[in-house]
Amino acid sequence: MQRYYFDHNATTPVSPAVLAAMVPCLGEVYGNASSIHHFGQMAKQQLEQARRQAATLVHCGPQEIVFVSGGTEADNLALLGAVRVFNKRDKHVVTTAIEHPAVLNTCTQLEREGVAVTYVPAGPDGVVEPDEIRRAMRTSTVLVSVMHANNELGTVQPIAEISRISRAAGVALHVDGVQALGKLPVDVYALGVDLYSMSGHKIYAPKGVGALFVRKGALIASILFGGHHERERRPGTENVPGAVAFGCAAECVGSDLDAESARLAALRDRLEQGILARIDSAGVNGARANRTPNTTNIYFAGIEGEALVIALDLRGFAVSSGAACSSGAVEPSHVLLAIGLPPERARASIRFSLGRTNTAEQVDALIDAVAESVKHLRKISPVVPAHA
Amino acid sequence: MPDSSISSKPIAVAMSGGVDSSTVAALLASRGYSVVGLTMQLWNQRRLPELANDGGAGRCCSLDDVYDARHVAEQLGIPYYVVNFETQFEQQVVEPFIHEYLAGRTPIPCTLCNNFIKFDRFIELADGVGAAQIATGHYARVRREPSTGRYQLLRAADHTKDQSYFLFGLTQPQLERSLFPLGEMTKLEVRALARELGLAVAEKSESYEICFVPNGDYAAFLEAYLRSKGREPVYARGDLVTSDGVKIGEHAGVHHFTVGQRRGLGIAAGEPLYVIATDPNTQRVTVGSNDQLLRAALTAADVNWVSWPTLSAPARAQVKIRHRHEPTAAVLYPVEYSTRVEVHFDEPQRAVTPGQAAVFYDGDLVLGGGWIE
Repeated sequence: MQRYYFDHNATTPVSPAVLAAMVPCLGEVYGNASSIHHFGQMAKQQLEQARRQAATLVHCGPQEIVFVSGGTEADNLALLGAVRVFNKRDKHVVTTAIEHPAVLNTCTQLEREGVAVTYVPAGPDGVVEPDEIRRAMRTSTVLVSVMHANNELGTVQPIAEISRISRAAGVALHVDGVQALGKLPVDVYALGVDLYSMSGHKIYAPKGVGALFVRKGALIASILFGGHHERERRPGTENVPGAVAFGCAAECVGSDLDAESARLAALRDRLEQGILARIDSAGVNGARANRTPNTTNIYFAGIEGEALVIALDLRGFAVSSGAACSSGAVEPSHVLLAIGLPPERARASIRFSLGRTNTAEQVDALIDAVAESVKHLRKISPVVPAHA
Repeated sequence: MPDSSISSKPIAVAMSGGVDSSTVAALLASRGYSVVGLTMQLWNQRRLPELANDGGAGRCCSLDDVYDARHVAEQLGIPYYVVNFETQFEQQVVEPFIHEYLAGRTPIPCTLCNNFIKFDRFIELADGVGAAQIATGHYARVRREPSTGRYQLLRAADHTKDQSYFLFGLTQPQLERSLFPLGEMTKLEVRALARELGLAVAEKSESYEICFVPNGDYAAFLEAYLRSKGREPVYARGDLVTSDGVKIGEHAGVHHFTVGQRRGLGIAAGEPLYVIATDPNTQRVTVGSNDQLLRAALTAADVNWVSWPTLSAPARAQVKIRHRHEPTAAVLYPVEYSTRVEVHFDEPQRAVTPGQAAVFYDGDLVLGGGWIE
């Protein structure tokens, strides 16, 4: 069966260029980047080049890039590190209800540690109102954490406006940029952020590597303990192959960001228009303006998204609905619930996220498959139970 | 087996991660059918952490069971998915289970799960993903009566494993779409086949308890569930009385008791005492001798007719009043358009328990069944 992948917000395939850059670091350049000898120096060179590449993508200095194991660790380090560094009793964090679990569950941990957390709601458009952030701020607020682009809806949050608010209050701003990196231009200084989380496998690098931008002068406490790596900010022998892959991927996505974004936006719009033209009682969740170019989230009244995902997979199309729990079963998206959608609409929603390998022909095939599957699912009348 | 007109579509196998449903998937795949494996996530054990047992084996929808089902699907090279039915399961199985216990009856959640989840929502989902039929690891048989076109349900060839008692609520459309490939096999044969097919779960032990109730402790489950819902469990203590109304002790709540129960009465008496009846309104538990448990008749309500279309006149049958009960001779009398049936046993039966099912048989044929009032 021909298979097509429309779930790039979940993960992306490693690009051939990234693979080619990474492989030598697994074999030839095997030194420990902290060793003083030749082998170590070769590894260190690769690591620092990767750091420069990553820094270039988000317009910061290389010394402000900390390599970590992925987006989740970046979020943990940012939140736990920026809050624990304050040695006072009364601490408060402002975040939003539409964050990724890597942020939300880290906030839950902070609450266990006695930190107060305010979860600012997002509007039905999937966008957080900066004034809501302003209203949530307290004198005890030590950190604001808002995602750059939402993983389910693609909606872009007004980070620059929020940073003016946090900055005026003298409070650090963390931005989870995992879903924005490689899809939107990112300039951490123009945005005014202090901490910015990045993940490798969302930008065609492998799983297991990510980065955190830590603005020069921003203070974070360590959350892991060991050697002096990454300027004392993240111990552990440097993952040189991972960092090199990340650096190469950053350079690749940065090199044609505008062109690829325009191409993906056109494909995404083709998909949306095709689906909405063919299927009635369907609609886009969240705002259609100001989204990441590759993402759309569509509800199909009267169907179970879970069944549609399976039906499409059996036809060869990979899409997603909600988040998988530990067993692999799907739970209704907390994001769709948080923007005020009723549970039945959240369950009837599907996320399509496009990427580099998708073509117009694939999109047209997907439109056909979705139209046929939705029609079939809507046709089914429930089996009448034996007794009530 | 399906007729040729629908066999080109995939068959959805309800895979629990146990040896029976795994063997069903393997059997159908080996016969060349297109098979989709689906595991229903019904209950999250972390919901009631205070009930967590140390063993973990055989617990409903545990991660271990999902791991096993996924492993078997991988061995067979079939598509496999976990589907989330937690909301439906809670509404249609757990809540009625709680309600029945609080009403002083002894419910059978497995039948509700069959009626409303496995042969309703699951069939609907299977249909939605393109599977015209479902297959499960139940030990029972379905056949189509050629002269009438009616689907009949029969006891499994292996009477010791027969699960037809739990399937009496199935409707004709449900039976039409359901395959029970193990119905002609013994458990030993199933295990041997699982071994022969090299299935990872071939030696896995069985669970006999109600899947979502750890250690079979219904009262603890009920209390923990009610607490988690912010509903105060009924702690109303009540009296233990004899059938003459004489108080001989006290108890911690009627939901701790079921008709026929001997242990846990907390009283010593000359002859063995059994629970004869429970009444949640007065919080009374009536106890008595074994003889006092005998009943000559019962009324079954909400009767579903399976192999017979209805009952228009009194008829002889064999009736089973709990899962581990040998079908026993009786006469069925229809009441209220045959949706209620009075059952008159030839010989009085011990521990007729409200909330359990009375299932009517003619030999291996499941005629129908209803809920004991």
